[in-house]
Amino acid sequence: MDNLLKIENGKPIARTDIPNLPLEGFSQTLVDLAENDGFVVQMFAYEDGKDTKLLAVMRQKRDLFVTGCSVNKEFDSLTSANEKFHMFEREIAEQYGIRPLNHPWLKMVRYHANCTGAQDVFGNNYKEEIPGNYPYFQVEGEDIHEVAVGPVHAGIIEPGHFRFQCIGEVVLHLEIQLGYQHRGVEKMLPKVPKKRLPIICETIAGDTTIGHNLCCCQAIEGLAGLEVDEEARVVRTIALELERMANHVGDLGALSGDVAFNPPANYFGRLRGDVLNLSQVLCGSRMGRGLVRPGGVAYVLKDEQRQLLRDKIAEIKPEIEHVCDLLFTANTVLARFEDTGKVPLERAEKLGLVGYAGRASGVGYDARDSFPTECYATLPVNRNTMTNGDVCSRATVRREEIMHSFSLIETLLDRKGDTEAVFMKDYKLSPSSFVVTLNEGWRGEVSHCILTDATGGILRYKVKDPSFHNWTGLAMALRNEEISEFPLCNKSFNLSYCGFDL
Amino acid sequence: MESIIAYGIALLAAPLFPGFILKVKAFFAGKKGPPLLIKYYTVLKLFRKGSVYSTSTSFVFRMGPTVSFVTAAMALLFVPIAGASPVLSFHGDVIVLFYLFGLGRFFTVIAALDTASPFEGMGAAREVYFATLAEATTFSILVIFFRLNGALSFGEFFAGTNPITVWGGAGALLLLVIVSLFMVLLTENSRVPVDDPATHLELTMIHEVMILDHSGPDLALIELGAFFKLLFYAAFITCIVQPLQFTSPWLHALLFFGIMGLIYVAVGITESITARLKMNLVPKFILTSFALVFFAAILTTRVVS
Repeated sequence: MDNLLKIENGKPIARTDIPNLPLEGFSQTLVDLAENDGFVVQMFAYEDGKDTKLLAVMRQKRDLFVTGCSVNKEFDSLTSANEKFHMFEREIAEQYGIRPLNHPWLKMVRYHANCTGAQDVFGNNYKEEIPGNYPYFQVEGEDIHEVAVGPVHAGIIEPGHFRFQCIGEVVLHLEIQLGYQHRGVEKMLPKVPKKRLPIICETIAGDTTIGHNLCCCQAIEGLAGLEVDEEARVVRTIALELERMANHVGDLGALSGDVAFNPPANYFGRLRGDVLNLSQVLCGSRMGRGLVRPGGVAYVLKDEQRQLLRDKIAEIKPEIEHVCDLLFTANTVLARFEDTGKVPLERAEKLGLVGYAGRASGVGYDARDSFPTECYATLPVNRNTMTNGDVCSRATVRREEIMHSFSLIETLLDRKGDTEAVFMKDYKLSPSSFVVTLNEGWRGEVSHCILTDATGGILRYKVKDPSFHNWTGLAMALRNEEISEFPLCNKSFNLSYCGFDL
Repeated sequence: MESIIAYGIALLAAPLFPGFILKVKAFFAGKKGPPLLIKYYTVLKLFRKGSVYSTSTSFVFRMGPTVSFVTAAMALLFVPIAGASPVLSFHGDVIVLFYLFGLGRFFTVIAALDTASPFEGMGAAREVYFATLAEATTFSILVIFFRLNGALSFGEFFAGTNPITVWGGAGALLLLVIVSLFMVLLTENSRVPVDDPATHLELTMIHEVMILDHSGPDLALIELGAFFKLLFYAAFITCIVQPLQFTSPWLHALLFFGIMGLIYVAVGITESITARLKMNLVPKFILTSFALVFFAAILTTRVVS
């Protein structure tokens, strides 16, 4: 296994240790791994001096591997051999102007010019205001009709374009085009003063504030050699679980609203607010902003706040249980949830779905279990049993995870320790290093990568939101499904637009 | 005179009753809900606004709202509201009545198609499909009524020596009719479980999606037309279940509108305790109502002979 270097979550290595394979060996290694239960965590290009290099982080069961290679203007696409690389290769083509040859569906991901000034792979003129200068997969025939939804939607959701190819009410193919919220996060992160990194990472996706920031702070801690004490880890874990609960509760309500079953939709709406207020007790921000900082947390959990959290949890836990019962025992609701938007296990594994969407299809991956950070190594894991891959399974996983999070938080509140509040400083990162961090955000595996240059500056910062994997899952869930079920399927995945667009 | 007053009251009260539905739904959701008069405010607000027309639409698009409003208002002319005899009544007016609604729907549909929006085309296809199925139920009900009563005029169904009422000899059979009529009411007025009037999701809409492009006074007319239509179906059921014939028209009207209010409350309860059906199950739902009526129709052969 010289071709792959085994690494650990959050532990930096010297960049010179990363294997630098010939292009063919690189491809072969990755495809072999992908076919043996390996999944892509990160795959991206970066500039190292005059060279452009590719780097891939893969996971296989409980192991993480890294490998790399140098690349010129083009390389043979891996997607035709294994679907897991599909989006990553498109992203590489867009960001660095490197063409993956024979890619089956080479299209831009976010519609922006590449960062190297190389010739554009897609032949776009980015001075044009409106993206859309690209082909959509088309189905021909007399009975076929095409429905285009978005990027501006009727509800208060983020922008994204959905192109349905339908025959009557049945969807043959759905193509999802995003990128309308591209802000250039990855391009900006290496340039800002290092003490701003957590603040920017908190805003990558508003609903995954803790998830992304945790990845960022762990990466900085790894590179700067900072130690985090036990109590700070407890607070971070509680914050991540609260974020998970708030989003799951809100989404169960939204699912209920989408099938026009009003009472739980309203109750859950209120309860989501209650859970968000718990984050406020923790750090003064309902979204958990400003809590996690490299080296620890910015707010210490005092006894008074512990008691507040315990009391409030004791109050809302039975309420959430009740409303869940109301939702999951209504047979008209179950009739809508069951067998809708199915992603079978085989397909989910081929696409490398993560998070609850993957677990609902029977993919047993949970980063809290496989690559535990913070307190997760000492906490029990939730194993979901309903794995039909339909909306009902995705909703049930969330219900279970809410209850699981409650018990985790209750356990953590009893662990008492001492910590000091830390504030953001400019840390010196170890030069010429590489670190990757993974956390199970509420949507699934969030991962950040930092590569540093010879002076300890950031050479490349790579962010991956779980949505990057799962959007394709949504597109597949819609195949042969009624078009009127799209909103329900969409909500059951509830993927991030801005987390994807970066 | 009495008929015209009753007709006027019905038109004026039409926007009030949907407020009941909202209140009931809010109650089940643990909320206060909008004020009871919300629909009046909405209509007034819309009338004060201007209209926006897409440049790709033609005069057909502008005709839609007016026709659907007028036809719905005309249909109420044939209804014996609160026991008063209908403003208009002639032999065979039931056919005219239901095809007035058909005409209104036709214009709503072509106005929707005129926008060339894929959503509206989809909504129009669904609306027409489901309405066609619901028509089978409606006309079977008319057949039953004709067999029971011998009249072919809406007013005469509920008047004369042999009125159609659930308290009469054919009451048990009419219970089936009332249930299926309630199902038709839900279908025709885009209520849960067939359609969701509150949704913002275009892809799941049926009726709402067809009127997405209408704005201002046009939308107000469509809304009013929808209120009249809902009122018509509620009044239809009320006519069948009205238990007592008071000599005082005021008492009679009070009871009539009271029962009608209860029907709206029943709609609100239905919407609160059920989720929407999958789109491909809606035809089954409508055909269930047809099956009930068909069964009732078989029963009439015994009752009459």
